[in-house]
Amino acid sequence: MRNNEQAQIPLIETRGLTKTFAATPALSEVDFTLYSGEVHALLGENGAGKSTLIKLLTGVHKRDAGVILLEGKEIEPRSPRHCQELGISAVYQEINLIPTLSVAENIFLGRQPMRRGLVDMKTANRKAYELLKAFDIDIDVTRDLSAYSIAIQQIVAIVRGVDLSAKVLILDEPTSSLDRHEVETLFSVIRSLKERGIGILLITHFLDQVYEISDRITVLRNGIKVGEHLTSELPRIQLISEMLGKALTEELAVQKSGISSNGLDREPFLRVHGFARRGMMQPFDLEVRKGEIVGLAGLLGSGRTEIAHLIFGIKHSEQGEAYVNGQAANLSSPQKAVQYGFGLCPEDRKEDGIIADLSVRANIILALQAKLGWFEHLTPKKQEQLAEEMISALRIVTTDMEKPVKELSGGNQQKVILARWLVSNPEFLILDEPTRGIDVGAHAEIINIVKRLAQEGKAMLVISSELPEIVDYSDRVMVLRDKQVIAELEGDQISEAMIMQTIAER
Amino acid sequence: MQPQPILQLKEKLADLKLGGFSWNNRAVWSVAALIIILIVNRLISPNFFSIDMVNGRLIGSLINILDGASAIILLSIGMTLVIATKGIDLSVGTVMAIASAVAVMLINQYEAGAGEFYYMPGVVILIAVAAGAICGLWNGFLVAYLNIQPIIATLILLISGRGIAQMITQGQSPTFTNETLAFIGRGVILGVPFPIYLCLAMLILVTLLVRRSAIGLLIESVGINARASFYAGINSARIKVMVYTLSGICAALAGLVVAGEVKSADPHKAGEFAELDAILAVVIGGTSLNGGRFNLFLSALGVLIIQSLLTGLYVSKLHPTANLVVKAIVVLAVLLLQSDEFRSFLKRLFRRRA
Ligand SMILES: Nc1ncnc2c1ncn2[C@@H]1O[C@H](COP(=O)(O)OP(=O)(O)OP(=O)(O)O)[C@@H](O)[C@H]1O
Ligand SMILES: [Mg+2]
Repeated sequence: MRNNEQAQIPLIETRGLTKTFAATPALSEVDFTLYSGEVHALLGENGAGKSTLIKLLTGVHKRDAGVILLEGKEIEPRSPRHCQELGISAVYQEINLIPTLSVAENIFLGRQPMRRGLVDMKTANRKAYELLKAFDIDIDVTRDLSAYSIAIQQIVAIVRGVDLSAKVLILDEPTSSLDRHEVETLFSVIRSLKERGIGILLITHFLDQVYEISDRITVLRNGIKVGEHLTSELPRIQLISEMLGKALTEELAVQKSGISSNGLDREPFLRVHGFARRGMMQPFDLEVRKGEIVGLAGLLGSGRTEIAHLIFGIKHSEQGEAYVNGQAANLSSPQKAVQYGFGLCPEDRKEDGIIADLSVRANIILALQAKLGWFEHLTPKKQEQLAEEMISALRIVTTDMEKPVKELSGGNQQKVILARWLVSNPEFLILDEPTRGIDVGAHAEIINIVKRLAQEGKAMLVISSELPEIVDYSDRVMVLRDKQVIAELEGDQISEAMIMQTIAER
Repeated sequence: MQPQPILQLKEKLADLKLGGFSWNNRAVWSVAALIIILIVNRLISPNFFSIDMVNGRLIGSLINILDGASAIILLSIGMTLVIATKGIDLSVGTVMAIASAVAVMLINQYEAGAGEFYYMPGVVILIAVAAGAICGLWNGFLVAYLNIQPIIATLILLISGRGIAQMITQGQSPTFTNETLAFIGRGVILGVPFPIYLCLAMLILVTLLVRRSAIGLLIESVGINARASFYAGINSARIKVMVYTLSGICAALAGLVVAGEVKSADPHKAGEFAELDAILAVVIGGTSLNGGRFNLFLSALGVLIIQSLLTGLYVSKLHPTANLVVKAIVVLAVLLLQSDEFRSFLKRLFRRRA
């Protein structure tokens, strides 16, 4: 079946596509083809050039050289809008919606249904509701987009892309913030789009998903295409070594956890009793010991991020008390939490994490500097040294540390935020989806870092939608449902099956 | 499709970063704009660049430009920091009026023979500056703690401030004779007007304050992404109160300069529309109204661009009614030159022609 598709005119074809940013070559002479009715996975490490490729296809950036053909005819993508008119829709890695507009307005922005010259919001709302409902998402579409989690926002972006009459749908890491169930619904939508003859270009770091849904794979490394394969003919090991440019070494493989149990007899670093906030989170208790990793598991919207926010003072708890090292603690704002040695890597890197226009260096030292105050200024030399250390420790891909952080690839921005909290030398680190958008190699590195931090005696609270990850490193797992902690699993109880069963129990 | 060789060369130059210098740098375009305006002025009036020493005082158009720009430069210092936090301070003009009113009323008591220490000229100056600081604190409090939008918060003082100044002067426009107070506006040291020293000193002092401490970084961070800054543990309220207070202090100094120049305090006219020139200068200096990266010296450069333009218009003997239009056009041109979008638009335009 593939062979005969190869014979037909590709939906999209690029030849010699090249892009250089200032002095950084992001993409060199890439030939890429996408056929109608296929799901084509574009894979590669953080900074390999995946997002750049799609930004050239959709006219976000202008290519330096090469041609782009749509159904055999050369096109000149001018802007995302222009490309949408040509039939190429894209959902970018960094969600490009407007947080202060309602969900429905976001879906229909620029093409609202009209009635007698006025925007017909009623119809828009109804249609938006139905579109989302098809994804099994049942929400109030008249509320501001910002009221919803990043995952819902992601789905809204996808719905917007799918709804435009597309020939090509490009998805840049669409599943990174979705839980299993939502990934399933997304995949079923992708399959039905595929049947309609739409060509789908998918970027993701989840190899399981690549094998589940894609027909073909193109691998990029350092901006160069290093392979193109039928998914069914490419063993996973070969795929990984192609992406990394070397075999998956011992060092990169996830170390087996050796910390379980030894953390448990230490004193609790943080004890929270009866924290709650109306409309946000039911009362909960939480203890994290030094050297212990506590995992938070649950579906999206179950209250995982809310717990992180209440503890870190993003929203302050209306009741209950907290103790740090046995002393009563006031956790009513991040500034206070930071003074107790807390750190939080937030879920939404773009809105809550990076300071886009500031340099990588400034972003890395920011939390430490905020903690030190106005006049205990880190000297430029000290700043450079800290940034240098982190860039090599986390293998952040950047030409230099003075580059604005917004010019880094998505995964590398994520690492910069992690670096920010690591340099602040926290005693307690909350990580909300720390491996989101992180490539296979770095994924293992980050998990190893989480474990190493615990071994160094830090208390850790980790939120992740990836159950295998949670099961792997957690000493204890709190399971949440409907803004409530419903169970706490320990030791042998911690398994994927057990967590899922607990979530599903009624 | 072939780009012109000239454009290719320019793009090559654009990628060349010579010790922080780059063609895409706003500083380069600001300096270029200033130089062009000065050259045009020179063409219009041949002795534009000449500076003479008369009675121990330097006289010439360039000196006049610097001297005339000094009040707005002072304002632009505070305004830059406020705008960098994504705020705006509309009240600076009225704060000038309030501070000068306070100073003149007190100094006239001193001249009338009152002996209390708070009528001493040095102390009077401090009190006037403190009055500016209080105005700024008030703005900062509204913005940072009551979460009122900066444009509204400072509008309150813009409207009520002139009333306050009139209450202080009891509806009069008092004049004064005290030489110490007048010195701030019209004093001369080594031939150079005192306000120029004051501006330079404030520029250097505030630059040192924000760049040698963490304040500058925190201001930019809050301005670029307030939420992410909050998550990083930055106390943005304190930063905001600080910048509005500083803006109030700068406005008070500007008020003293103006009062000293004319030896009087005019609660109606002092600093009228000064906030607009200050905001314009900051934007010409490359600080975005969306907050973020700032440079105090570039804002001062922005003031000089406006001021040399005004001087040029004056000597050109163009009909005064045309002045404002010409000013608007030139300002627009400078802003367009600085905009990356506009420059790449021009590039595309030329490329298509070729
Ligand atoms: N606007 C930009 N300015 C300068 N450099 C950029 C810009 N956008 C991307 N780059 C650089 O181009 C390279 C490729 O980035 P790209 O975003 O395509 O990576 P990616 O494969 O999508 O990675 P990730 O998996 O982390 O999202 C990186 O080195 C990045 O720093
Ligand atoms: Mg990317």
